[in-house]
Amino acid sequence: MNVEPATPAAIIEAVNISKSFGPVPVLFSVSMDVRPGEVHALIGENGAGKSTLMKILSGFHDPTSGQIRLDGEKTALPANGGAESLGIVLIHQELNLAEQMTVEENVFLGREIRSKGFLDKAAMRAAVQTYLDEIGLDISPTDRISDLTIAQKQMVEIVKAVSRNARILIMDEPTAVLTEEETDVFFRQVEKLKKSGVGIVFVSHKLNEVKTIADRVTILRDGQWIDTRASNDLTPDMMAQMMVGRELSDLYPPMHEADIDAELVLEVDNLVAPGVGPVSFALRKGEILGFSGLIGSGRTAVFEAICGLNPIEGGSIKLFGRDAGPMTVAAARDQGLAYLTKDRKEKGLLLDKQMQPNLTLFALPKFVKNFGLDRKAEEDALNRAIRRFDVRAKDRNITVGKLSGGNQQKLLLAKIMECDPKIVIIDEPTRGIDVGTKQQIYHFIAALAAEGVSVVVISSEMPEIIGICHRVVVMREGHITGVLTGDHINENEIMRYAAGLKREDLQ
Amino acid sequence: MTMMTASDDTATKQAKRPSVDFKTIGPALALLILCVIGFMLNPAFVSEGNLTNLLTRSAFIGIIAVGATFVITAGGIDLSVGSMAAAIAGVMIIIMNGAVETMGTGLATVLLGCGCALVLGIGAGWINGALTTKGKIEAFIVTLGTMGIYRSLVTYFADGGTLSLNFDIRGTYRPVYYDSFLGLPYPVWVFICVAICGWLLLNRTAFGRYCTAIGSNEAVAKYSAINVDRVKTLTYVIQGLCVAFATIIYVPRLGSASASTGVLWELEAIAAVIIGGTVLKGGYGRIGGTILGALILTTIGNILNFTDLISNYLNGTMQGLIIIVAVFLQRSDWKLGKSK
Repeated sequence: MNVEPATPAAIIEAVNISKSFGPVPVLFSVSMDVRPGEVHALIGENGAGKSTLMKILSGFHDPTSGQIRLDGEKTALPANGGAESLGIVLIHQELNLAEQMTVEENVFLGREIRSKGFLDKAAMRAAVQTYLDEIGLDISPTDRISDLTIAQKQMVEIVKAVSRNARILIMDEPTAVLTEEETDVFFRQVEKLKKSGVGIVFVSHKLNEVKTIADRVTILRDGQWIDTRASNDLTPDMMAQMMVGRELSDLYPPMHEADIDAELVLEVDNLVAPGVGPVSFALRKGEILGFSGLIGSGRTAVFEAICGLNPIEGGSIKLFGRDAGPMTVAAARDQGLAYLTKDRKEKGLLLDKQMQPNLTLFALPKFVKNFGLDRKAEEDALNRAIRRFDVRAKDRNITVGKLSGGNQQKLLLAKIMECDPKIVIIDEPTRGIDVGTKQQIYHFIAALAAEGVSVVVISSEMPEIIGICHRVVVMREGHITGVLTGDHINENEIMRYAAGLKREDLQ
Repeated sequence: MTMMTASDDTATKQAKRPSVDFKTIGPALALLILCVIGFMLNPAFVSEGNLTNLLTRSAFIGIIAVGATFVITAGGIDLSVGSMAAAIAGVMIIIMNGAVETMGTGLATVLLGCGCALVLGIGAGWINGALTTKGKIEAFIVTLGTMGIYRSLVTYFADGGTLSLNFDIRGTYRPVYYDSFLGLPYPVWVFICVAICGWLLLNRTAFGRYCTAIGSNEAVAKYSAINVDRVKTLTYVIQGLCVAFATIIYVPRLGSASASTGVLWELEAIAAVIIGGTVLKGGYGRIGGTILGALILTTIGNILNFTDLISNYLNGTMQGLIIIVAVFLQRSDWKLGKSK
């Protein structure tokens, strides 16, 4: 951790920070500093203490011991976002924008420019336009937030921070929900901010990105500081190993050859649904079929239509050789077809409920005995699921919202598997979860396929599509542009189909 | 060190338990305090006569509030119950009076009236449910509309006056409100049955779990293979059925229906639900609490009747204060829970 003499002094320094929540220690004497004009990545598994450290750096939590130094002087950061006035801005993963208000209103929210007691809209609009131009964002100050894409919303958050003269920008997984294209745009903005001397802390589980964008990397594991290094000295593999503390050579399970003569379990013929189609494809027993493409290419829409979550406008669906037609979600489930949403917080789990009602909700008819719920069976199911999926909760009566992302994802997986599906569609299986849990989920998917369950994996992360799928379908703008097998499954090929540079003449 | 953390663990568990329990026993505690106050103001408060009277009076609101617990738990609201009760009472009286010529004034006519009440209740509930789910209109708006419709219908049927039940039928029907079984009046038995059925349905069946899930997060419910529209509609049907039961035991009390029948019952029912600890935005419902809530509301009125310390006209004020205090206590309770 030798500091080169030319580096400027740190804006903010966390020195030997420890933090406990009640009796539970979360951070053990962690130190980190952020210099002007650098991107400092903070990486670690879920539960390693990254969020806590970020919240301490931005004043949302007080450290139990240790000190925060701002420009070399010991300070106690004002609580609840008050640190923004000192130029330290935290951008939450769940963006903090008023959806129904315009860009300009959001940027100036709480410190509107007034003239003679009324809002000076012209001045605010001009100011926001200047910021937007600077950052190169092609939206109007009068656009409503709800009309923007997630990437654009993120940029608005950054504009908001810049307009408050942020010196330190702390971002929690800013790229988790962005496509690769959007991520590139985002990184260009980050470079601009860097040049203007802003210090940026960012958390990401995408280690390739960390390698690309970060100047220095701090690794946490189980609340301990492991190392801070220049990213040039690190490879993504090294980062992963330091995060997990062990070799991660087997992130992806060994690929079992798919039986190309296995029976077809799902045949989709010219399916048309909102934003989709017509698309045709087939799925075999025991196969892992990847669905790749850019966000908004219709991958989720295809399966939401098949599983009865959205209406079907045309085409036919055959399940296990029989015509299935439009089904309700319950009918699809009863025939062994289950869809696991990518949006686990909004559509997957009841965050204010405990694990047990969440686990059995999807397969609840299975737990009905004499018109009532068999509570013993539900309890047994939870015990089994905790073991099978390695769900780690200190207290099993904890509300699900308090579980880490990885444990939520495992619980969601357990919930869907509770109905013993023959075909399971997993949308973004590893979004926002750490590398250790990712590995567990990949191995679980492979084991399922080996047992004869057919799995569809929809993912925006190409390495995982390439790492676990037997066959890959690429979609673009609601249509299937290519189906790849064997050696053709590589980033280059997928990207060319996804971007519309190449198109197979199917059928 | 390990000893330390172990004792810390138990300490936090113990610290947690009362906060959870407080939510459950809060309404019971409030009712107990009210009863003690009642007793101190006037020992006749605990006389058998007054207690049965109190229970009978709370039966109407209590039964309706059990239905409201389902609607509110599933994230809806039903403002039409008071008007619905008046309309059902009115139609019931018209039907029974009309049947006198063909069926006489015996039990058959009363049963016909009760049967019609149940059908009307289910139908009115279904209309509310279908308009909110299939029609995709806010429950507040739908039931605000039906509230006006039902209320004006009863005024129209009564021609602005009062619909009175045929005197002889009244004689046949009377025992339903005034007679007792094992020392408890029939309305109380109906109340007890509805409460037990409601509790079982909400806490022990898949349907109850689905109501809670929908109120907690409708999208999650949809993705969990729950037929959201059907479950939501059913909650309104249950509400309608409860209103019908309440009406059936209410009609023999006065033997009449008018535009002022059941005025503000919807608010009392919602108040009972909220005092009982059910969350207004849905996702968490307690039948036991609702019943206590209904008892608390009736007890306040009863105590004010018994004493001239506070004018009986201030009944509404006291009820209003209790509602606000109850919800405030629940809120601050949550805050404490969170800060830990």
